[in-house]
Amino acid sequence: MRRDLEIIAELVNPGARVLDLGCGDGDLLRHLASVKGVNGYGIEKDADEIAICIRAGVNVIEHDLDDGLSRFPDSSFDMVVMTETLQAVAAPERLLDEMLRIGEECIVTFPNFGHWRCRVQLASRGRMPVARHIPHSWYDTPNIHLCTFRDFEELVTAKGIDIIERFVVDASYEKRVRRVPNLFGTIAFYRLGRALPLGRCRHGG
Amino acid sequence: MQANDQPGSVGIVVPQTARFDAPLTLQCGVTLPGFELVYETYGELNASRSNALLVCHALSGDHHAAGRHSPEDAKPGWWDTCIGPGKPIDTNLFHVVSLNNLGGCNGSTGPRFTDSSTGEPYGANFPTVTVKDWVRSQAMLADRLGIERFAAVVGGSLGGMQALQWAIDEPERIANAVVIAAAPKLSAQNIAFNEIARQAIVSDPDFHQGTYFRKGANPDKGLMLARMLGHVTYLSDGGMGDRFGRELKSGDIGSAQDVQFQVESYLHYQGTSFSRRFDANTYILMTRALDYFDPALDFGGDLVRALGQARAKFLVLSFTSDWRFSPERSGEIVDALIAAGRDVANATVHSTAGHDSFLLPIERYCDLLGAYLGRVAAEVGG
Repeated sequence: MRRDLEIIAELVNPGARVLDLGCGDGDLLRHLASVKGVNGYGIEKDADEIAICIRAGVNVIEHDLDDGLSRFPDSSFDMVVMTETLQAVAAPERLLDEMLRIGEECIVTFPNFGHWRCRVQLASRGRMPVARHIPHSWYDTPNIHLCTFRDFEELVTAKGIDIIERFVVDASYEKRVRRVPNLFGTIAFYRLGRALPLGRCRHGG
Repeated sequence: MQANDQPGSVGIVVPQTARFDAPLTLQCGVTLPGFELVYETYGELNASRSNALLVCHALSGDHHAAGRHSPEDAKPGWWDTCIGPGKPIDTNLFHVVSLNNLGGCNGSTGPRFTDSSTGEPYGANFPTVTVKDWVRSQAMLADRLGIERFAAVVGGSLGGMQALQWAIDEPERIANAVVIAAAPKLSAQNIAFNEIARQAIVSDPDFHQGTYFRKGANPDKGLMLARMLGHVTYLSDGGMGDRFGRELKSGDIGSAQDVQFQVESYLHYQGTSFSRRFDANTYILMTRALDYFDPALDFGGDLVRALGQARAKFLVLSFTSDWRFSPERSGEIVDALIAAGRDVANATVHSTAGHDSFLLPIERYCDLLGAYLGRVAAEVGG
């Protein structure tokens, strides 16, 4: 079993209504259906991925995330998931707002542009970084909004978004990276909730 | 059983008639003392009777969806592109049932049939039939054929609306609904086009208030106009441009005399052949059934509640250039299904052919339909 799917399944409540933005071939939704019994739907724009989903019986909806998510009502899902897609959309901040409007909670994962390999490639060779977790060249990459963990953290903090849970893993998704994650971590997992009223904090601090 | 005339064809098919002697009270309150449905089947029903698939026809379709009635037939059934061995609706996997709907003019009880209370043909007095009535009569046909539950009910346009109504009215008898190029109800513009078509027919002097059959007449001109208008809504501006452009059939624009554009000639041909094969009273009935279709009506206008009745899984397909029932209209069905927590897959297929796309061998469309139904067949043990 793919480790990334297992990690997300741990974050999703059994029987939840889940919307997966950029669901690809539907692997995550199928995994969530089998281990968590979720009522899941996926959004996808790639024709080949959609065909795979339909053949596999995945609830896939053909839709381009860049066209917005206004078709989905407020609080219509328990969980909105977006795995390694944030960096490829036209308006990540707006999409983040939309995810938390539609879902009670959301899970966002994205690759770290601040990983030491990226920094070394840029600093020493003066080249746009190419690594296992961001494998494209600058001219053909779908990743138009890459960020570092620190960048993302600053954005969600400034927006007052509730960070329920967060952690960083290496490229194999096996090891959690606890020391200097913005330098050594590859993929970040954030479980987010709606902005809390001012002066309140989830953990009572 | 005759050999297939070509690979992928169901070959020679023979229509059959089911006669129902019990009275059927229609949604409009009128009771038919009995009725007949003419139908065809393709592919074998399996031992567990789990692989039956119902095909529902659109406005001007009938029971003859695939194959040919005789080797001399110029054209196969109306959905031969999709139905046959190895095709998206694979007759090696499914037992396909296709019927002419109640009120039709190709063999099932309709305006040309004799009203037993008067001894005369019903004509314009044939009672209003609705999509709900069709679903009921189709379920009665399924009973007759020993089919407890359809693996799938499949249709395009008005046929897709029947699949939708099936899922709501007979939730235990349909495992999958395939809704293609449809809408949850007609828009004002859709109804307006239908009304213009009806007016073209009823204002033809040969219509005689729907009693043309008594006068040995037929409202050919009205039917032709209705079909020409309808046909424009089935195509798209781009598709017509690609196919006809401003090409001339005859004449010369330079001298501005006796000009006929190719598109005019095409529409005349379509209109004329339609007026020969289709009954005017049936056309009025069918367009009314389209106008009245609104499955949410029984649920306070709430489509989500209506679809909450369904237990089927859904495939909803639409086409980019379809402006009669645009992808946005399919989107309304999809969004309501998601809100109702029902299983649904949806794709918008690129095509320049407009609403008619659902009848055409468009590669992605056929692939997706075949992929979905392949999974259905695996589940029901086709």
